Amino acid sequence: MKIAVSSGKGGTGKTTVATNLAITASEQGIRTAYLDCDVEEPNGFLFLKPDIAESRQVNVSVPRVDLDKCVGCGQCGRICQYSAIVSMNKQVLVFDELCHGCGGCMLVCKAGAITESFIPTGRLDLGRSSQIECVQGLLDIGRAMSPPVIRAVKDAAPDAELLIIDSPPGTSCPVIESVRGADLVLLVTEPTPFGLNDLKLAVDMVNALKLPLAVVINRSDIGNDETRMFCHNQNIDILCEIPFDRRVAEAYSRGVPACRALSEQGRVYADLLKKIMSRGGANA
Amino acid sequence: MPDQTIKELVVISGKGGTGKTSVVASFAALAQNAVLADCDVDAADLHLVLGPKIVTRTDFSGGKLARIKPELCTACGKCRQLCRFDAISGGDNNGDKCVIDPIACEGCGVCAWFCPAGAIEFAPAVNGEWFISQTRCGPMVHAKLGIAQENSGKLVSTVRREARAIAQERQLDLLLVDGSPGIGCPVIASITGADAVLIVAEPTLSGLHDLERVADVARHFGVAGMVCVNKWDLNPDIASRIEQEAPQRGLTLAGRVRYDPVVTEAQIRGLSVVEHTREGCALDIRQVWARVLEGLRAGTDHK
Repeated sequence: MKIAVSSGKGGTGKTTVATNLAITASEQGIRTAYLDCDVEEPNGFLFLKPDIAESRQVNVSVPRVDLDKCVGCGQCGRICQYSAIVSMNKQVLVFDELCHGCGGCMLVCKAGAITESFIPTGRLDLGRSSQIECVQGLLDIGRAMSPPVIRAVKDAAPDAELLIIDSPPGTSCPVIESVRGADLVLLVTEPTPFGLNDLKLAVDMVNALKLPLAVVINRSDIGNDETRMFCHNQNIDILCEIPFDRRVAEAYSRGVPACRALSEQGRVYADLLKKIMSRGGANA
Repeated sequence: MPDQTIKELVVISGKGGTGKTSVVASFAALAQNAVLADCDVDAADLHLVLGPKIVTRTDFSGGKLARIKPELCTACGKCRQLCRFDAISGGDNNGDKCVIDPIACEGCGVCAWFCPAGAIEFAPAVNGEWFISQTRCGPMVHAKLGIAQENSGKLVSTVRREARAIAQERQLDLLLVDGSPGIGCPVIASITGADAVLIVAEPTLSGLHDLERVADVARHFGVAGMVCVNKWDLNPDIASRIEQEAPQRGLTLAGRVRYDPVVTEAQIRGLSVVEHTREGCALDIRQVWARVLEGLRAGTDHK
């Protein structure tokens, strides 16, 4: 079963929920893997502290032009939708940072002057934290596009009974890349006007992808009741509500998972896990 | 040119949920002569506090999308073989016609270019909408990326460009930009060419880690950086560590803001923190604002 933990708004507790679920599941003997797909700002390893067994470079495809073979036809510049390759009087300029790696320029070049090359764009770390298989991606500083690194993290997913995907915040391409293919998208929110607004956007996105979803309300005792009313009206299951607890916030600040810091938090995640697994059974 | 007197401050954070938008809303209330821009286009929240009255709305098209015309498709499968984004299904031996998943489509147009039957339409897609609005704190440019749409970076650039145009037209000298979390495309589009960024950090190991990465991005693109620690009293040790390490990351300090439940109360009332109260963290935010203005002046004088 693949669970993606996501949210519209940042800082609602995605990593908290994802890492605590991973620890809880693994302690119950479920073969668990944790993937940190928030490759711009991955934080899960600060809590799981895996021993890194291997790091790999993530590359993306870019074109390289052999000007001796170029006939200056300009087709490469015409097919490119991203202004990543520009051809003027047999001068061809390539802007790696704009390239999406579609391969169009290579296909269209009749002179065979364009070949595919690869440049680094990020890194994968693979490791293990007690029984949890862990993978995280890290986008290189200055690189704009995170989806290739997210794809690499998902491609490196170890075999597991429960795969937990920690997604970046928001609703655009990186989030879509992270949650695609999940059996359940768990949207973590907080019951504030910002939290609700961004939850609605995230729900629209998950619905557009036609994926099953459920909600976790974190810091459930702040804010107001509108998030609960929204979920009720939309027939969205709220799988659990986690009240604000300053001890949890302080444990989080030191990189200590909530379920390890406080026994009642352990019960919260055991209960959440049970609900998730029973949904998986119902779908299967 | 009046342009050179306009200063642009972008508030970013690396980590999400550190309080960017609450800080920007308070700055908006404290600033005079500012144009506001919400560049967190895929989860915008500033409008919830500033209650903008929309004056103009414009469709945004950041790219094109491919669509199969089923009446012309011969199900040869060429497009599926060429697509590097796994966006096309069908065209296999079963004779099923090809279908493009608009969400997976990257808008590269390779399929349309090479379709032997000319069965693929490749037309501009509407990816979202942007707005020019009036708020009690001044003019505001904001946007909404369409559901599951791409090109947030281009939409960010559009919002910034329009905000600058308004500043020039109305002779306002400050652009106040609410950025998005992360370090990727929308963040890079928000900060390149700005005068300074203010990074709102939280005193947690995650916050520290994320601050380091986003500070490196600001430095990579040559934008002066300031940092303020929000909710500093949740972990005073890490707050101090952030401040000690700031100079090594090329950041100047803009102060601390205490953890204060009034932030949520203000949000529920649709007010910025400094409009909601004059006490507690509102005092801290006023001090941060004073330092940020100083930093913005000092930073741009160097140029």
